[in-house]
Amino acid sequence: MKILVCISHVPDTTSKINFAENDSKFDSNGVQFVINPYDEFALTRAMWFKEKQGATVTVATVGNAATEPTLRKALAIGADDAIRVNAEALDGFTVAKELAEVIKNGSYDLVLAGKESIDYNGGMVPAMLATLLDFNFVNACIGLEIEGDKATISREIDGGKEMLEAKLPLIIAGQKGLVEEKDLRIPNMRGIMMARQKPLTIVESSNGKATTSIVSFEKQPAKSACKLVSADNLDELIGLLHNEAKVI
Amino acid sequence: MSVLVFAESSEGKFKKTALEVTSYGKKVAEQLGTNLVVLTMNSSDSSILFNYGAEKILTVTNDALKIFNAKLVANIVKQAAEKESSQVVIIDSNANGLYFAPMAAANLNAGFASNVIALPSVTSPFTVKRKTFSNKAFNNTQILTDVKVISLAKNAFGLVENKVSGTTEEFSPVLVDSNLVSTSIEQTSGKVTIADADIVVSAGRGLKGPENWGMIEELASVLGAATACSKPVSDLGWRPHGEHVGQTGKPVSSNLYIAIGISGAIQHLAGVNSSKVKVVINTDPEAPFFKAADYGIVGDAFEVVPKLIEKLKEFKANNA
Repeated sequence: MKILVCISHVPDTTSKINFAENDSKFDSNGVQFVINPYDEFALTRAMWFKEKQGATVTVATVGNAATEPTLRKALAIGADDAIRVNAEALDGFTVAKELAEVIKNGSYDLVLAGKESIDYNGGMVPAMLATLLDFNFVNACIGLEIEGDKATISREIDGGKEMLEAKLPLIIAGQKGLVEEKDLRIPNMRGIMMARQKPLTIVESSNGKATTSIVSFEKQPAKSACKLVSADNLDELIGLLHNEAKVI
Repeated sequence: MSVLVFAESSEGKFKKTALEVTSYGKKVAEQLGTNLVVLTMNSSDSSILFNYGAEKILTVTNDALKIFNAKLVANIVKQAAEKESSQVVIIDSNANGLYFAPMAAANLNAGFASNVIALPSVTSPFTVKRKTFSNKAFNNTQILTDVKVISLAKNAFGLVENKVSGTTEEFSPVLVDSNLVSTSIEQTSGKVTIADADIVVSAGRGLKGPENWGMIEELASVLGAATACSKPVSDLGWRPHGEHVGQTGKPVSSNLYIAIGISGAIQHLAGVNSSKVKVVINTDPEAPFFKAADYGIVGDAFEVVPKLIEKLKEFKANNA
């Protein structure tokens, strides 16, 4: 089984978010970049298929050379090789079109990705990939087993879960539950040394045209101070929620 | 020309989000000087959509659509958008909407914006404000394609009554093949889900152990709220993953969010700060959640929550 894991290179979850050039660009100054947490669930599940079922695992991203340390980290965790499509990630649709070329050329059976990136939160790349390639697709996936060419999948729905079955090829957009938090791996020294020798192929962009464009960013507006209520005066809290906030 | 909205129903009844996207779609149609068309599937009575501005309702009735299949729905939306020459297609942010909306966009070769929180600020170039950086910021996005697909964030617009006298039309689209098969659905019945709840009661490690969640569930039950928890609590297995709210868990955009024994790490706040009103109960006055909350109580949850339950019961009895 050939697996492709799509990786997004994103600011660490603890990053303070700032913008530059008149709020037209994300300010990456001093920001640590990591594998998108949702993609990390996908990568960890892929490692399980590699170890238990002999799958090969390729990781891919769309971005400039600055994204390579993130790909190397995925290699250090245990992926076999990496592909970087040398293009600016203009928008989700363009990224999906670039990755669709990678998938066609590599004849992958299974494509794993996170359900969204924690920076732009588009939540669209895996679904668009599936539509472009006419592969089966499951979003918000919380469980995946493969036997031969048959997949058993569970996905989160509002207030529960749904079990599904599909034939490969298949695209999955994963989240927590696909693997547990405790199963996530930190690369060890041996993995990091080995990652340096593993192939990282650079593929030229197919030069797609952007379908959307971000014109400006805004931060969350400053909040007014929290009104403190005494623990002995809960009637006051209930009054505030009823009369002032009008939420109960 | 038209604006097309997909109104999701469950067992024949429309969800609140269906009325919200219809309300929103009507305003977008007014901005563009065109009509609102609403697409429904297997709904028993669609006339309520006229109250929220639907000028034309397309009803699809087909047993093959009783169980949601994203590929089928995305393709039907494409056919409806083509039939109605829709410039803008609007979908909600429920689990199913988030699943098929980008597929519909790819089918239509349309630019797509998710997490949209307001009406377009400009219609040409079509510009919408959306949440980004996991709720830590917003961006204004132009959609550059002729057809535009957007997902409206939950509870971002609300319901706006706008009664029109519209028409209903049967629509029989071609159903595409899918060999993705749903084998079973498990749903927690009788409980309010985080996705639909107006009020969410959430607790963290401050509760010391899973055996202490009885009072959280009771508080939620008094308020008709959903229960939620912080990431450490779900990582420790005290509560199911489905309750984890925060940056890598479920997003919350309720009217009221009550955080009990949750310190308020940046990742947690990112996931919950779309809630309109936030209340924090924590023993530590320095907990970061106090900076994000509207109302706060410095106190021990084990003393405050039981008292709050009693007071709320009295309040509910007097205001029933």
